[in-house]
Amino acid sequence: MTGVVVSSPHSARINRVDRVMLQVILALIPGILAMTWLFGWGLLINMGLAVTFAIAAEALVMRLRGRPALPAISDLTAVVTAVLFAIAVPPILPWWLTLIGILFAIVVVKQLYGGLGYNPFNPAMAAYVLLLISYPVAMTTWLPPQMLADQTLTFGDSLRAIFLGLAPGGTWDAVTAATPLGEMRTQLGVNRMIDEIRQSPLWGDFGGRGWEWVGNWFLLGGIYLIWKRIITWHIPVAFIAGLLVMAGMFWALDPQTHPFPAFHLFSGGAILGAFFIATDPVTACTTKKGQLIFGAAIGALVFVIRTWGGYPDAVAFAVLLMNIAAPTIDYYTQPRVFGHQRGS
Amino acid sequence: MQATQPRFKTRRLWQFHGGIHVPDEKALSNAGTVEPTPCPKFLILPLQQHIGAPANPIVKVGDRVLKGQVIAEPRGYVCAPVHASSSGTVIAIEDRPVPHPSGLSAPCVVIETDGRETWAELPEPLTDYESLDPAVLRDRVRACGVVGMGGASFPTSVKLNPGKDHPIHTLVINGAECEPYITCDDLLMRERSGDVLQGVRILLHLLGARQCLIGIEDNKPGAIESMRLARAESDIKDRVEIVAIPTLYPSGGEKQLIKVLTGREVPSHGIPAQIGIVCQNVGTAAAVADAVLLGRPLIERYVTVTGRAVAKPSNLNVRVGTPAADLIAQCGGLRDDLRKLVCGGPMMGFEIDSQAIPITKAANCLLALTHAESPDPGPALPCIRCGRCADACPASLLPQQLYWYARSKDLDRVQDYNLFDCIECGCCAHVCPSHIPLVQYYRYAKTESWAREQEKKKADHAKARHTAKLERQERQERERQAKLRTKKEAAKDKPAAKGEAVPSTEDPKKAAIEAARQRAAAKKAALAEQGVVPKNTEDLGAAQQQQVAAAQARRRAVGLGESEAKAGPEAQATEQPSQPTQTKATGPKAATASEEQA
Repeated sequence: MTGVVVSSPHSARINRVDRVMLQVILALIPGILAMTWLFGWGLLINMGLAVTFAIAAEALVMRLRGRPALPAISDLTAVVTAVLFAIAVPPILPWWLTLIGILFAIVVVKQLYGGLGYNPFNPAMAAYVLLLISYPVAMTTWLPPQMLADQTLTFGDSLRAIFLGLAPGGTWDAVTAATPLGEMRTQLGVNRMIDEIRQSPLWGDFGGRGWEWVGNWFLLGGIYLIWKRIITWHIPVAFIAGLLVMAGMFWALDPQTHPFPAFHLFSGGAILGAFFIATDPVTACTTKKGQLIFGAAIGALVFVIRTWGGYPDAVAFAVLLMNIAAPTIDYYTQPRVFGHQRGS
Repeated sequence: MQATQPRFKTRRLWQFHGGIHVPDEKALSNAGTVEPTPCPKFLILPLQQHIGAPANPIVKVGDRVLKGQVIAEPRGYVCAPVHASSSGTVIAIEDRPVPHPSGLSAPCVVIETDGRETWAELPEPLTDYESLDPAVLRDRVRACGVVGMGGASFPTSVKLNPGKDHPIHTLVINGAECEPYITCDDLLMRERSGDVLQGVRILLHLLGARQCLIGIEDNKPGAIESMRLARAESDIKDRVEIVAIPTLYPSGGEKQLIKVLTGREVPSHGIPAQIGIVCQNVGTAAAVADAVLLGRPLIERYVTVTGRAVAKPSNLNVRVGTPAADLIAQCGGLRDDLRKLVCGGPMMGFEIDSQAIPITKAANCLLALTHAESPDPGPALPCIRCGRCADACPASLLPQQLYWYARSKDLDRVQDYNLFDCIECGCCAHVCPSHIPLVQYYRYAKTESWAREQEKKKADHAKARHTAKLERQERQERERQAKLRTKKEAAKDKPAAKGEAVPSTEDPKKAAIEAARQRAAAKKAALAEQGVVPKNTEDLGAAQQQQVAAAQARRRAVGLGESEAKAGPEAQATEQPSQPTQTKATGPKAATASEEQA
């Protein structure tokens, strides 16, 4: 006998937070491999740094709060935050920006709000936005996918770029390139038509060459998560629908100034955002109806900010904006309780 | 079977929200038959084996009792009698550990059995019950101590009396047995299907219901087959359907089963009778048949003794009041890796810490779980708001919100989120990845809310009393003031109408007061002529006179006049010597005293 009488149920629990988080990390692997193949070792180096910083920051704060650090670290939530952050930032981001970003994500956005489960904002996205606003150049200096690159970075080149800020061959211009979203934005900004813009070899079938195939691998991981019942379909499907409806509407009105909807879907962080970021349970809506509204609104906002906002990609902004709205949406979308009249 | 009963295939079933698939573990105990148990040495019969007031014991220590004899009578409407489940001698009426989540003790009648099983005289069988009034049948059900045997133990006679406002069209018989491990209803349906059908027949007549739906989860094919055979042989087969329902916990919850079978939802805070349905457990139906057709009280029930920590899991036919230890011994005892002993199923049962507790009318299962079966969930992590609980909740609640507000003791918000629609099925806690003991929080919040409700009632009562008191005092004050005013006016009018006023006074008392007043006024006037201001210090002793003089000297020294230094009614008395009645009414003793002396 245990001595302490606990309440029912007495059955074995079937889920665990760390197992859920591990599944999320597993589901990210295809996308991570695809990005590493396209953009080199930088992503993996960043990821190693980010994970190390995140665990250290989590342990530090738990110690300051006088709580055991081990359970907080072993729930793997900080690791997921770090991995998502590393995927979102450019693969040659200086190491100290990763440090700033992760410290902000874990210490300020997560722990200062009360730690796991209490943060209103998605930590990885909040850190991304902080860096994007504070260090816009470093945060938009991307590498071209390897099929377009004149010179691919070796593992050593990536290390030197991240830790010393040294460009291979001495100049960054030779090795960096704008993202397809950034390129499209710049070209549309000088009043060129889509048909003209797409003449460039930068473009593939519907998105940027190379880039357009990253989303598939994240999509694969996302479907795995739905199959494993780690997430439900509501937020991703609503997100994608919201984005496609907005993009499709404007594309139909004027296909020369608005790119094809699939370009929006398979560029930037849309797929990653739909399956892995907007679905962060802590900061998303919890009611099913609320999740549909939440996802659709993020999708629509992504299009709005990409098209008329000040930044080329918008997933982080859209997610943070809807994070604020999530509690209110939840409040107004409560399901009808068994035995209650609808609407009462 | 199917060829003769095509309707079963076409009956539409509904779904309730959520629910979970749990390993049913029925195979541990559902083989074999129900075994009889030897009469235990001691029977411990709790006086409260039902929802409602405890029964009132009518035997004394030392009394000899017979099997089936009433040993405690119901006290109040929602109550049930208790019968001796074997013959013997009452050796104690005292508090003993009982199967209750709190682990507390409660009053029990303890019988030392004599092993002879001598039956008391039982009431006459009511075989022609169809000619009898439902009230007679209800009385029989009540007299036989029948309560709901599915676990809630609500007195059956009360449930069978929904009242004229609630005509019943459908009787739902609950054979779902959705809790994992438990197989006693399965065995009952396999072994006593005929009795269950007899019970259904009686209940249909009693309720005046049109049809009966018997819902059985499809993981019990033996029970379904047996019940279908019994139905085919019965003369009420047109009115009874045996419905196999999908296995999904908690489909055996009363409201959930009704939803699955009929698509109707029992209103929140309501009872099934409000939608024309009464739901009874299969065991209850068999007990009703025993009570009506045999006159036998509810003194035995089937109990599943199972779990991997018990050597030989079985189903036993147990006398109510048999200690749990006897059943466990009969099933080969406990293994070493026992983690906990549970009364009821793993999802809704409660842990018991003593094998001395008796089997009651509602105890369907004794569950001995190993460490592997019921591992320590470990410390709870923070809620990550994943919403799995909401997906699993059969009441469509938002358990994470309930948890949030229960934890912050926000009892208003927790009720806004419909805490009281929670049936404590445990689905949410079962699926919670943070291993939060959610049900425990809800029970806590419910208890706190009830306590607060009581407090509020008390406070409201006290407040009402206080308000009434203030009103009363105000009213009395008003009446007094009004009386005074009339008196004052009378006094004022008097000098003008002196001549005729006195003789015209009707009340002799008033006349006497008036006369006294005139005498006092005359005396004061005479004193005033002599230049004497009336004082209430005239006939004091010399020492006191000196003290008064000293005090007045001090007052003068600090610049206070004699009259100014006095406050309140005394001051009035001094300033208005012509109206002594006022002084008298407000009543300082000294003034009254001097008045009387005058």
